[in-house]
Amino acid sequence: MILAPRRFPLALALSAVALLALAAWSLTVGRFAVSPGDVLRALWSSLGGADTGIAKNADAVVLQVRAPRVIAALAVGAALSAAGAAYQNLFRNPLVSPDILGVSAGCALGAALAVLAALPVAMVQALAFAGGLLAVGLVVAIGARVRGRDPILTLILTGVMVGSLFGAGVALVKYVADPYNQLPAITFWLLGSFAGALPRDLAATLLPIAAGVALLWLLRWRIDVLALSDDEARSLGVNVGRARLVVIFAATLVTASAVSLAGTIGWVGLVIPHAARLLAGAKFARVLALSVVLGAGFMLAVDTACRTAFATEIPPGVATAFIGTPVFIALLAIALRRSA
Amino acid sequence: MTIAARALDYGWPSRTIGRGVELTLAGGEIVCLLGPNGGGKTTLMRTLLGLLEPVAGEVVLDGRALREWPARERATRLAYVPQAAGSYFNFSVSEMVEMGRTAHRGAFGAPGARDREAAQAALDRLGIGGLGARPIHGVSGGERQLALIARALATGATHLLMDEPTANLDFGNQSLILDEVARLRAAGAGILFSTHHPDHALRIADRVVLLRAGSVLACGPGGATLNSENLSALYGRPIDVLEVVSPGGTKARTCLARQAPRFN
Repeated sequence: MILAPRRFPLALALSAVALLALAAWSLTVGRFAVSPGDVLRALWSSLGGADTGIAKNADAVVLQVRAPRVIAALAVGAALSAAGAAYQNLFRNPLVSPDILGVSAGCALGAALAVLAALPVAMVQALAFAGGLLAVGLVVAIGARVRGRDPILTLILTGVMVGSLFGAGVALVKYVADPYNQLPAITFWLLGSFAGALPRDLAATLLPIAAGVALLWLLRWRIDVLALSDDEARSLGVNVGRARLVVIFAATLVTASAVSLAGTIGWVGLVIPHAARLLAGAKFARVLALSVVLGAGFMLAVDTACRTAFATEIPPGVATAFIGTPVFIALLAIALRRSA
Repeated sequence: MTIAARALDYGWPSRTIGRGVELTLAGGEIVCLLGPNGGGKTTLMRTLLGLLEPVAGEVVLDGRALREWPARERATRLAYVPQAAGSYFNFSVSEMVEMGRTAHRGAFGAPGARDREAAQAALDRLGIGGLGARPIHGVSGGERQLALIARALATGATHLLMDEPTANLDFGNQSLILDEVARLRAAGAGILFSTHHPDHALRIADRVVLLRAGSVLACGPGGATLNSENLSALYGRPIDVLEVVSPGGTKARTCLARQAPRFN
C-alpha cells in the first residue's frame, strides 16, 4: 500500500480532476486541431447554452466525432478495470483478468457470426453482447452441475475450457468467412477500436456498464469477504454461492458491454486493478474507485495516442498490450520483491 | 449456550469420514481436539460450523438443530478461527477484523461506527489494539492469529471453533495464543481448539476428544484422558507423559515421544 487510507480521498479527487483535464485535452487534439476555447464553447452550446458562433466544422468534430469516442474510451477503460478488480477479489488471485470466464471469447464469436451473416453494426454489437453473456452463463451452469469441492477452481477451469471452445468457434468462422470483406472485418473487430463509437450506440453501452459498476459498488463490503476462503466467508454469514453469482453477473454485464462496443481489449482489466491494489491496499471500495478512474484515464490516454501519434490509427487493443506489458512486468517485479 | 454433536456421522454422503461422534461444548470451557493427520479433525470442525451437512445424526446449537439456524444468526453465535497461514489479500488488521461484523449488516450494508467500535474492542481485548492500521502481511504470525481471533470475537459469537490456531507459529507465539485462549475462557467463551500438540491440551484443556480415523478413541477430562496409553494408541507411536516441576515449584505434565532404539 503506497497511499495511506486517510490520504486516499484526496488522491482519488486529484486523479478525477486529472482525468477531466485529460478528457478536455483529448477533445482538442487530432488531425483537425480545435482550440481549448472552441472545445468549451462547443460543449456549452451542446448543453443548451447560447449559440457561441463557433465554426460548424469545429463544432461537428468535437461533438459528433471526438466526444463519443472519448466517452467510449473512458467507459470501456472504467468497465474493464472495475470488472477485473471484482474478479481478482472473487478468484483471490491478483493475476486474473475480466475474461477469465470466457466473456471475451463469447463476445468475439457473437460478433464474428454477425459479420459472417452480414448483419448491420448494431446487430454485431448486440450479438457480441449476447455471446459474452452466453459464454459466462455456460461456465456458471457447468460449474453448478459439477459441484466440485473447490468451486473457484471449477469455475476457472470451466472458463478456460469454454473460452477455448468459443475461440475455436471464432477460428472456424474466420476460416469460412469471405477473405476479402468479412475476414478483415472480423480481424479488425477483434483488435478493438473506438473509431466507430456513435452517439446512439453509447446509451445502450453506458447503461449496463453504469448498472454493473453500481452493483459492484453496492456489494463492495461483501466482495471483501469473498476474498477470504469460502469457509471463512460462509462462517461469517455470507451466502457465498449467491454472492459470487451476483458479482459474476455484474462483472459480466460490464465486460460484455465494453467488449461489444470496442472489441477485445486486453491488459486494462488486468493491469489497472493490480496497480490500484498496489497503490491503495486490498480494500475493495478503494480498489474499485481507483480502478475506475485509472482505467478510464489509461484507456483514454492510449486511444488518444492511437489516433494522433502516427499517420494511421493503431488499434487500441494492440497499443494496450504494448504499453500494458512492460507496466505489468514492472508491477509484478515490485509485488514479488515485496512478498519475498 | 452449548453446541453439541449427537450420534454424528460426518463427511460426505459418498465418503463418510467419522462416525458416532458425541461432543458437547459449553460456555466457559476449552475442549481440545487431538488426532493424527487425516483423522477428521478439520472435517468435524466444518460440520460443527454448519459448513458441511451431517451425514447422519445432528449438530445442535443452543437447543436448535444447526441447519435450522439462518446463516446470519448462526454467524453471530458460532465463529470460526482458521489457521493464520491462509494467504490473504493485504487488508489492514482492522479491515480484517471489521469483516467479523458482516452478519450484523445486510448485503449492501456499510459498516458503521458501532461496527468499527466492536472491531477495535476485539483488538483491545487481545492486546493488539495498536495494530489496526498495519497491513496483515506486515505483522508477525502470532499477531495475525490474534487478529483472526479478534475477527471471531467481533462477530459477537460465544462459541469459538479454532482450527489449529497454534500451527505454523514459533514457540513463544504458541504460548501467547494459549494464554489468550485461556483468558477468553475465563470471560465465558466456549472454545473448541484443535491442535497437533498434546502439550497444548495438557496446558489449557478442560476436556479432550481424541479422534482417530473418524471415531472418538477417548474423551474426558484432560488430566485423566491424556495418558501414555491413550496418546500412544492415538498416534501409533510410544509416547510417555511425564510430570515435571519448574524451578519455581509449579508442577505440570508434558508428553514425550519415545525415541526408536536405533537412534540412541
